[in-house]
Amino acid sequence: MVKGRQGERVRLYVRGTVLGYKRSKSNQYPNTSLIQIEGLNTKDDVAWYCGKRMAYIYKAKVKKNGTHYRCIWGKVIRPHGNSGVVRAKFKSNLPPKSMGAKVRVFMYPSNI
Amino acid sequence: MAPKNSKVSRNPNLIPGIGKYSRSQMYHKKGLWAIKAKNGGQFPHHEKKAKPETTSEKPPNFYPADDVKKPLVNKRKPKPTKLRTSITPGTVLIILTGRFKGKRVVFLKQLPSGLLLITGPFKINGVPLRRVNQSYVIATSTKVDISGVDVNKLDDKYFGKKAEKKKKKGEGEFFEAEKEDKNVLPQEKKDDQKLVDASLIQSIEAVPDLKAYLAARFSLKSGMKPHELVF
Repeated sequence: MVKGRQGERVRLYVRGTVLGYKRSKSNQYPNTSLIQIEGLNTKDDVAWYCGKRMAYIYKAKVKKNGTHYRCIWGKVIRPHGNSGVVRAKFKSNLPPKSMGAKVRVFMYPSNI
Repeated sequence: MAPKNSKVSRNPNLIPGIGKYSRSQMYHKKGLWAIKAKNGGQFPHHEKKAKPETTSEKPPNFYPADDVKKPLVNKRKPKPTKLRTSITPGTVLIILTGRFKGKRVVFLKQLPSGLLLITGPFKINGVPLRRVNQSYVIATSTKVDISGVDVNKLDDKYFGKKAEKKKKKGEGEFFEAEKEDKNVLPQEKKDDQKLVDASLIQSIEAVPDLKAYLAARFSLKSGMKPHELVF
């Protein structure tokens, strides 16, 4: 987290919410999380986001690498259902406390 | 006689390993009878060239216990990454990541390593001559006229890390060497930057608002959906 000198904040990511893990009625599979990306409402919209990297950022008490903020990286794999929800896999599975938390969906690797 | 360009076999394969013609038929087809007749009944025979005498080698002292397989020679040369059709010299790109994220920048050329060479220009938005990866960049449809810019001397080596000089051992000198290791940008690089930017800035100022556009950063605002945006 490098703070710019002027502190100009540019948002180059789309906000997303963690909905939970991929699951059936009574079993869940924590290796894949479901993410609701802001502004996505249909399965066709998701095609642009497939493969884009995302980061789940959280705070911890102990400073690591000089900062209290920590991050789990992941990427959008495929759409989930017809209404714009997305499946995502992270480097290590998201912790259960992330349900309902924000995730940043970046615009890279870019293909435009 | 004109030399034949492609070597096609006179004996087509019926099945791999089985030719259509027999040995005697091939003898006739290849014209060996005519070559023999030209040479007076014998097939022409050339003496082997005498090999230059090599000094005799000593038998090695050491033989490895097991036979080690040598890996096959790999002569493959990787090509630079395929450049997206939307990226042409002079395109304005938006950098997505790194300390210059959000900056709009002018694309100059693709380097042999596959990375893109970009410049701010430095006076306009503080981005120097730099390399950037294609995947971390969005190409806009805005183009800048780049004809006046000479980028031939800029290469991957120009941007590579300088090889560090070996540090002398010795306590007094050791402390001095640490202090001297400052990263000062050599004047030569500053001059290169000015050279490249000079003609660029002129073509940018010719277009209304382009200078302000390049100075401003890109940011996603509320309600902006990247998959619907046209860059």
